Amino acid sequence: MIAALGLLVGVVLGLIFTPDVPAGLDPYLPIAVVAALDAVFGALRAYLEGIFDDKVFVVSFLSNVVIAASIVYLGDKLGVGGQLSTGVIVVLGIRIFSNVAQIRRYVFHA
Amino acid sequence: MPDEVPHATEDRADDRADDRPDNQAEEVGLQRLRDAVFRPSRAQAVVGVLLAALGFAAIIQVRTNTTDNAFAGYREQDLVNVLSGLAGTSQRAQTEINQLEAARRQLEASRQAQRAALSAAQKQEQELGILAGLVPVTGPGIRVTVTEGPQHVDVDSVLDTIEELRSAGAEAMQVNGKVRLVAQSSVQSTPSGLEIDGTELTSPYVLDVIGDPHTLQGALSLIDGPISQFKDSGATVDVQQEKAIDITALHKPAS
Repeated sequence: MIAALGLLVGVVLGLIFTPDVPAGLDPYLPIAVVAALDAVFGALRAYLEGIFDDKVFVVSFLSNVVIAASIVYLGDKLGVGGQLSTGVIVVLGIRIFSNVAQIRRYVFHA
Repeated sequence: MPDEVPHATEDRADDRADDRPDNQAEEVGLQRLRDAVFRPSRAQAVVGVLLAALGFAAIIQVRTNTTDNAFAGYREQDLVNVLSGLAGTSQRAQTEINQLEAARRQLEASRQAQRAALSAAQKQEQELGILAGLVPVTGPGIRVTVTEGPQHVDVDSVLDTIEELRSAGAEAMQVNGKVRLVAQSSVQSTPSGLEIDGTELTSPYVLDVIGDPHTLQGALSLIDGPISQFKDSGATVDVQQEKAIDITALHKPAS
């Protein structure tokens, strides 16, 4: 309940304040959002399986975001930023799909 | 990377039908989800904070993606490519502008030439129309009134008068307000008077002439000139200089 409320509060805050993204962070924010989504779906799956641990979730959420952003940063420095961010998005997308497939089994029994 | 998934369950991500968790486990998972909705806990608060951060970031990203211009997310090399592409485009556009402006100048010049030719043609048409007696004319000139005496005026005298006036620069002439004198006008003598271009005229003959009044009057007053010829035949001649004479009679061209 609190989790859903937190998501709602974040969305509302974003809609109200609509701050500008600093130019330096611009390429990393979308990757970070996708990485965080991956962590959230992983956490939801773990919760349904009964093995959820909030400490693990916090660590995985933050490390997901940091690692995804730093991979893109490294790629930018090496001159392959576009390709590397595409690769990160693909990997995270695959993980999100598999997690959601598992969640679907628990929720819809299908 | 998330570590909630233990190794033992990792292969469940694959969509294998024979490896499904049993119904009991599924029911337990759903039950946990329902409990979570109604029983808040410390763990939920932490998750809520992180989800708030996620929602915030996601909304910002969506906003910047839709409201900002398309170049915000580009990398340096992409921006350089876009810039050089734009430079080429603007160069081509500039070349096109120059061509079009040159074409416009040409058209402008030819339009002015055409306008000059048109006004020259209109002026010529006006002059020719006056000479041919096709348009009414107003201008300075003289009015000659010839009143017959006992005998009719001589046709030769009338012709001489017309010729003298033409030599003196008469631009348009009419007789009695009815007949326009043009190059091919003819004068005949009739029992009652004169017939000019098929129109019978009787004394007094009023000759309206447009031209320089002094020159015209001088041409008429020569020694042995038209006035003296008329006077010899017993007619009286009156010449008046006018500032504005309206010549309204038109010559009808034989079609």
